Amino acid sequence: MELDVVLLSRIQFALTIMFHYLFPPLTIGLGLLIVIFEATYYKTGNEVWKRAGEFWIKLFAVSFAVGVASGIVMEFQFGTNWATYSRFVGDVFGSVLAAEGIFAFFLESGFLAVLVFGRKRVSKGFFLFSAVMVSLGSIFSSVWIIIANSWQQTPAGSHVVQMMRDGTPWFQDGQPVMRAEIVEFWGVVFNPSTVNRLTHVWTGCMVLGGFFVLSICSYYILRGRHLDVAKPCFKVALVFALVGSLLAAATGDSNARMVSKLQPAKLAAMEGHFVTGEGPTGIHVFGIPSFTSDEIYLPIEIPGLLSILVYREFPPETAVIGLDAIPEGDRPPWQLPFIAFHTMVGLGTLFILFTVLGVFFWWRGTLFKQRWLLMIYVVMVLGGFIANEAGWVAAEVGRQPWVVHPTVVKDPATGFAALNEKGEVHYEKIPRPTPDGSDGGMMVVGLRTADAHSKSVHADQVLASIVMFSLIYILLFFVWIFVLNTKIQHGPATPESGDETTVAGFLSAAARKTESMTRPGQASDSAAAPGQHIVEQDVHPHAPTDGIDYVPDRPTNPKDRNE
Amino acid sequence: MDFNLLWFILLAVLLTGYAVLDGFDLGVGMMHIFIKGDHNKRIAMNSIGPLWDGNEVWLVTFGGAMFAAFPEAYATIFSGFYVPFMMLLFALIFRAVSLEFRSKREGRAWRGFWDFGFFFASFLATFLFGVAVGNSMIGIPLDSAYEFTGNLSDLLNPYSLTVGLLAVSLFAMHGTIYLYLKTEGELQQAVKGWMWHTFGTFLAIYLLVTIWTLVKVPQATQNFRDFPWAWIVVVLNILAIANIPRSIHANRPGFAFISSSCSIAAFVFLFCIALFPNLAASSVDPATNSLTIYNAASSQKTLGIMALIALIGMPCVLTYTTIVYWTFRGKVQLGEHSY
Repeated sequence: MELDVVLLSRIQFALTIMFHYLFPPLTIGLGLLIVIFEATYYKTGNEVWKRAGEFWIKLFAVSFAVGVASGIVMEFQFGTNWATYSRFVGDVFGSVLAAEGIFAFFLESGFLAVLVFGRKRVSKGFFLFSAVMVSLGSIFSSVWIIIANSWQQTPAGSHVVQMMRDGTPWFQDGQPVMRAEIVEFWGVVFNPSTVNRLTHVWTGCMVLGGFFVLSICSYYILRGRHLDVAKPCFKVALVFALVGSLLAAATGDSNARMVSKLQPAKLAAMEGHFVTGEGPTGIHVFGIPSFTSDEIYLPIEIPGLLSILVYREFPPETAVIGLDAIPEGDRPPWQLPFIAFHTMVGLGTLFILFTVLGVFFWWRGTLFKQRWLLMIYVVMVLGGFIANEAGWVAAEVGRQPWVVHPTVVKDPATGFAALNEKGEVHYEKIPRPTPDGSDGGMMVVGLRTADAHSKSVHADQVLASIVMFSLIYILLFFVWIFVLNTKIQHGPATPESGDETTVAGFLSAAARKTESMTRPGQASDSAAAPGQHIVEQDVHPHAPTDGIDYVPDRPTNPKDRNE
Repeated sequence: MDFNLLWFILLAVLLTGYAVLDGFDLGVGMMHIFIKGDHNKRIAMNSIGPLWDGNEVWLVTFGGAMFAAFPEAYATIFSGFYVPFMMLLFALIFRAVSLEFRSKREGRAWRGFWDFGFFFASFLATFLFGVAVGNSMIGIPLDSAYEFTGNLSDLLNPYSLTVGLLAVSLFAMHGTIYLYLKTEGELQQAVKGWMWHTFGTFLAIYLLVTIWTLVKVPQATQNFRDFPWAWIVVVLNILAIANIPRSIHANRPGFAFISSSCSIAAFVFLFCIALFPNLAASSVDPATNSLTIYNAASSQKTLGIMALIALIGMPCVLTYTTIVYWTFRGKVQLGEHSY
């Protein structure tokens, strides 16, 4: 079998983006929580919040590093594997991506350094400012990348024109070379799906960040460890996750309505809705898709519900557009979007259920006695990861076969897709230029995934890079889990350690620092050697356990600092 | 000056920022293998600890800016250099991971593995940058649709490989001088010796590449006939290089670092002069198949919008960079949060 370079490039993109996307929603959500913890510390001066902040910043930093490492791949991959796509969209998409670099990446990476390494080097206020800047940077990043992606789903503010070469229209093998260009920048930024999709992505970040903190805190509470930090963090995260889960449902609903108008094929695929038919359309609450035919096994259907949700009409009457109303070559594969969408919605329901339950038991005053609920929270973070990934699978597979989706012609009266004489959805078209100026017919303003790949790249090269990425990502994933686990087992600093302001604490820290310097091999490596802490705690019961952190910026005796 | 030229200059600025800043941390990565003792190795890693991530953003933004301003060139170069770019990505990921995870655990095998990974990834990334520059100088085979038609062996030609070594020696020297600034005591004394070694190696390869370029790459010197003022930069570059041993000898490492930074900036500038107005020169039918800052560009409107974004964004970027470098000034201290 001949290897298909388009398929391989798609597999590689899916692999790299899905690995990468484990991290951004986690760091965005966790970043916001860190801002809350640090701001509370700044306002109250309560050391518990400082220790909480320090602990979560450690986990944040490790996850952020993997996110950055895997994110560089994304920036280059448009050019390496999707050169034709890059030529087509560069004017619009490239600009948005460059804006992300300038406005978000520098902000994040700069202030992250202060957050991770600089607590002793900057003032308390500037440290909080840095936490806010890191969070803001990661949010800016999400803004620009969602704008870029949304523009591909629902292009606006741009037009598709023929490229010029040496002052004349460019034809390659008789075909016009077309590309998208910006007409109105704010039209690109606020294309019809940006706001809906961005808000929904943010709620996904809140859910994941919230459940991540809930998971680790629940683990501590179940084990009876670090309760002074775990309990307050748990409560903040519970509220955060609850708000996120509820907003996810609200923004999810408005997203689905937006999709029903702008990308009816995607909605039909996600719902497994094959035949438009007459009368109201139901929703599959559950079903197992067949991969060989347009069938759903064991379906549980609520009649009329899709029509109610899409058209906001009761009683439901109008049929929702099914896959049969999409021209045959333009239908997405429906099985993956169906599974992914239902997984996401199912998990979203569980998020609401369990956060509401948590708040209920909190109100009853028995929250931390519900061990079964805490056990559920421990594993629920996996649901947060899966739901975020699943949402993107539904969105990205559901827009196939297009990489840049053409604009659906709407019925101005209803705002929904207009059907042509064949009863099918159709797209905006422009005249196709020809070299001799004759009538070239009309062409759809979009780009198919199958046409978007790099013509100079061969299948075996992509296969090799897939193998390379798979190996390094497996390694990366396990190392990430391993380091995360080490840090979680180590836990936040203990209360006695918060005493660096006193002279005694400072001196004993400096003494220990000097002492540890004289022991090669284990010099001040507290993070890596949790056992060492316990030993040292026994030796110096009143010394700050993480006192090695509290060294003066300028060493008093430089000789002490070298082995 | 039109927007196309402005964006060519802005890309050169981003590339300079990247080469000067990530240059020293890649150099530290390469020299790291020679450092003895776990504590000293950690000192070296932490000298770039808070900075390397921000430095790499210059590369990411360079990529994004090229995508936005010259999408045809971005598409052609990135897909044409597919295998080298995949190796580069491998190196950059592996480097980040080695740095992040090396000190998270005790154990000879664990740390030894990541130490080697850190060295090798830093070396590979630097070498590949040099090879890419060398290929850009001599041109790559492009067809009439600006698609790359060569294969990997075309890219691995002797000239480009030698430029790769030039990049390695340049960044190794730059990183060594940086290490000297950030260390104290015995480690600093060891680093002092390495400054001379790396400088000597760099000087030898620099002379070789200069002569090779003058003799064998005529298109690289064409622009110097058209823009004679560019010779000033050649002279300034030589002065900057000459000032490196002078400053080391006078025990003024700060000046040596500024000189090596200026020298890197001059190299990027000369590279851009040699290329201009091409972004990717074609070795096949250069007059029609080369990608220039005009035929590879986005629309004038987009270049204008992007110029505005750069005007707003770049001062912010310089502010953050300054704040971070100022915060982490002085000699390296190991603490609880260190690598």
